[in-house]
Amino acid sequence: MSGPGRKEDAVDEPAIVVDGLRVRRGGEEVLRDIGFTVRRGTVTGLLGPNGCGKSTLMRSIVGVQLVESGRVDVLGRPAGHPGLRRRIGYATQDPAIYADLTVTEALRYFAAVLGTPPPDVDRVITQTGLASSARVLVGRLSGGQRGRANLAVALLGTPELLVLDEPTVGSDPELRDELWKLFHDLAATGVTLLISSHVMDEAARCDDLLLLHRGKLLARGTPEALRARTGAPDLEQAFLRLIRGRSEATR
Amino acid sequence: MSALPTTRRILTQLWHDPRTIVLLVAVPSVLMILLRYVLNSEQRFSAVAPALLGIFPFTIMFLLTSVTTLRERTTGTLERLMTLPIGKLDLILGYALAFGLLATLQVVVAAGISLTWLGLDIAGSVWVLLLVVVLDALLGTALGLFVSAFARTEFQAIQFLPVFVLPQFLLCGLFVPRGEMGWVLGAVSDVLPLSYAVDALTQVTRSAEIDGTLVRNIGIIAACAVLALLLGAATLRRRTP
Repeated sequence: MSGPGRKEDAVDEPAIVVDGLRVRRGGEEVLRDIGFTVRRGTVTGLLGPNGCGKSTLMRSIVGVQLVESGRVDVLGRPAGHPGLRRRIGYATQDPAIYADLTVTEALRYFAAVLGTPPPDVDRVITQTGLASSARVLVGRLSGGQRGRANLAVALLGTPELLVLDEPTVGSDPELRDELWKLFHDLAATGVTLLISSHVMDEAARCDDLLLLHRGKLLARGTPEALRARTGAPDLEQAFLRLIRGRSEATR
Repeated sequence: MSALPTTRRILTQLWHDPRTIVLLVAVPSVLMILLRYVLNSEQRFSAVAPALLGIFPFTIMFLLTSVTTLRERTTGTLERLMTLPIGKLDLILGYALAFGLLATLQVVVAAGISLTWLGLDIAGSVWVLLLVVVLDALLGTALGLFVSAFARTEFQAIQFLPVFVLPQFLLCGLFVPRGEMGWVLGAVSDVLPLSYAVDALTQVTRSAEIDGTLVRNIGIIAACAVLALLLGAATLRRRTP
């Protein structure tokens, strides 16, 4: 879907630029001076313990979060810009999809809102492995299936940036593997993906990692670089060392 | 029109919930039948029935819309829609259109039963009666959409029924004519939209004449419904804390 103009700026311009981002929720500082860039056509993993601000950061990038200060630019425009609404696919951690519609009906509605043609609905159903439950009410799906239906909505209209909050949670290992293949296939076509997770073997499959801890960006880099930097045998250990190192530094 | 996908989606959701449709269509009619036999006289029934034909759908649509809209807010689908290219007013109009259609169905059945089986006798035109009653139901829909913005839970949304609807019910002129109220109550009654609905319905019952007052009252109901829809759209936020 990206025209020739977009392909050109895809080369030199990052997909996401965050600088000095601060977010306050209920009097508490949830994000503290976050800054990073995400290259186009990559899979970036956003990692960190529960409550570290992953979802808030994703909401800020999608443009639904009230932010206190800082800059968030997405695909060359400020986050939340009306022109971005067709270009970003967003899936929240809790499936935001009508429980009293069938998978197809729910997808058709979102496709109509996006103005994408009906065959797109069949495409995303196939991509997320929901073909056999396309006519089942969303409310009757299993947790993993509902998560995939939620992901399917984000894939509608072939967006240039996908912001996915824990998209594989509740899926069995085989399906998780398929979804990660899908993510890399999409990245190969130039789509940028920002995916949050707390599963470390998923982190290893990302091109780039952002480690968030208590609202601060603790580390970033490729999985190999983070392992090498901490001298840890695996990513889980690498992250534990980074988090402990920081707690000791602040003590 | 970009409101239509939302209308279709809401009607599809209801299609999967036949019990709600049956309740929606049947309840006002059953209440009218009950009223007719409680009063046990066609004359007394004809005196109050038009006002209640306006009030029952108003109340039911208010409740139904506020709970449905609130569910959209609490399940995260509203936030998702706010990230998509849909206008706030398109979404609200989509709702109004879907529930307006249901309200029309509800009203036509209740009015049809009242006018035939229950012997409701009105001096004015049946069409004017239907118009006012459908506008009342739309007003209930619009108010329900608006107040759902101030409820955090479905329990709170239901509590808004006694807050927003029952005072209008007491002050609309059904129990005591509006002219006989003290100046304070009269003034409150004057700013409540349901009062104008009951005034209009009473007039349709008593006279065949379509005068300036009737047109003005119908205009006020329609304007209140539009205002509530605009306020409802204004409560939608793309960015939230």
